[in-house]
Amino acid sequence: MILNDYLIFILITLIINAILCLSLNLVNGYMGEFSVGHAAFMALGAYSSAIITVKIAPTLPPLFLFPMAVLIGGATAALAGIPLAFLSFKTRGDYLAIITLAFLMIVKSGLENISYVGASRGFLGIPHLTNLPWTLFWGVVCFLCLRNFIYSKWGRCIMAIREDEIAAEAMGVATRSAKMMTFMISSFVAGVAGALFAHQLQFINPSSFDILKSTDILVMVYLGGVASLSGSLAGATIFTLLNQLLQPLGIWRMVVMPFLLVLLMLFRPRGIMGFREWSWVKIHRDRSDH
Amino acid sequence: MNFPQPLLQACHLHKNFGGQQSIIDLSFHINEKECLGIIGPNGAGKTTLFNLITGMVPASSGIILWQGHPIEKKSGAQLARLGIARTFQNIRLFKQLSVLENIQIAYDSQLTYSVLGSLFSFSQKNLQEKKSIAAAMDLLAMFEMTDVAHEPASSLPYGFQRRLEIARALALNPRLLLLDEPVAGMNSTEAAKIMELLRWIQKEFSSTLLIIEHHLPFIMELCNRLLVLNFGSLIADGAPSQIKTNPAVISAYLGNDNDSEE
Repeated sequence: MILNDYLIFILITLIINAILCLSLNLVNGYMGEFSVGHAAFMALGAYSSAIITVKIAPTLPPLFLFPMAVLIGGATAALAGIPLAFLSFKTRGDYLAIITLAFLMIVKSGLENISYVGASRGFLGIPHLTNLPWTLFWGVVCFLCLRNFIYSKWGRCIMAIREDEIAAEAMGVATRSAKMMTFMISSFVAGVAGALFAHQLQFINPSSFDILKSTDILVMVYLGGVASLSGSLAGATIFTLLNQLLQPLGIWRMVVMPFLLVLLMLFRPRGIMGFREWSWVKIHRDRSDH
Repeated sequence: MNFPQPLLQACHLHKNFGGQQSIIDLSFHINEKECLGIIGPNGAGKTTLFNLITGMVPASSGIILWQGHPIEKKSGAQLARLGIARTFQNIRLFKQLSVLENIQIAYDSQLTYSVLGSLFSFSQKNLQEKKSIAAAMDLLAMFEMTDVAHEPASSLPYGFQRRLEIARALALNPRLLLLDEPVAGMNSTEAAKIMELLRWIQKEFSSTLLIIEHHLPFIMELCNRLLVLNFGSLIADGAPSQIKTNPAVISAYLGNDNDSEE
């Protein structure tokens, strides 16, 4: 068997990273906001799904339990996205970034103080339910749904908001509902990634979801390319593989990775696939018309 | 005029930005299928008036009636869907999006599929998307822009960007089209083309036009009625021939030279 446990672990991590990257790219790339709080949505997904599988319904058959836990993880994160969406009606850019950072801190300190989920010691004893087929399944579902969303009127609406919110409003774009939907969908997807992550590692603690985790997702998005699904896949793949390949460098990895990022920003500031797509990713609905 | 009800009517509009009064007690109306021009020196409050009508900024006081119904509390998007479309003084296209997508965004308010429909790509979504693309391509064909449909809007030359902005506003199917300096920065040949285009729009779409323009020969030829603003107040309202000879307008705006431009 070519796929040994190590390779499977890497593949699962890669897909989870890709899901996170797609989720953040929706807000940062397509809608043009700047969220640094995505680790919080991931944490909420991870903790709420773990509560289902460990505390509430541990006896249910895994085939039923796991998808339910993942969906509940996503839904919890989506609900948490609502207040951020409301705040995004009033603020943009740097100011919203600060708000998402504050949100991340609130979630993290909240989790550190809730003994029901192990507080800062962490949440132990989560069953190992994440396997390659399930991860692939959720990865494909998230990718296809986001692709459909982006190639729809909603996708165009959020890109119009990114380009010029005032002109978008003048063209009849309901900017508030578009922002609300986008924040909810993006946080739902991050929550799904969190649920998969929790049931892969079987142990989560609040410090797994700090600003460094958000930074990792940001790096993947800007490495792969903003406003690009292909870029999200490329960014997550390169980041995950480089992280593994550079393991022998030890602590120097922390120097080499940021240095590569600096080079990328110098030579390709939009990332590898910024604002472009591989042709198989696009939905060519208009081909039949001309 | 024997029109039963104006399409749009503004009553005693005021707009203050802090201590500065941009619009002072402004009342006017515009009838269906009319072509109304607004002129006035820089800072007269013309664009502010557009922003008030299109819901971009709220009025400090006063009422705006759309076919007799007050609309000053409605958002810009709601007004756009009611049929009030506009272009901007500084072209505001969605620059990184394609020409086609720019038009589609204006059509999108007419698409009715839900978020779930978009996520799971239900057949209703695909059908509506196809229709919207077909309609957008038809409109682009009328503007002779089919060839550049898939180019990013930012790659178009200036004149085409102006045309695209007008096309995008028309995609909203507007009853009232507000154009903020449509020929700014254009030479006389390009301005003549825009004039031709606007006349064609009036005929083809039976739109009502409200136009801000500094190019006086252009607006005097195009519009059948002009409003003149100065320091936020309306100083004249009438046919171009009357405006030309109005002493208040001459002293406030035209100076001693009838052909002068601001």
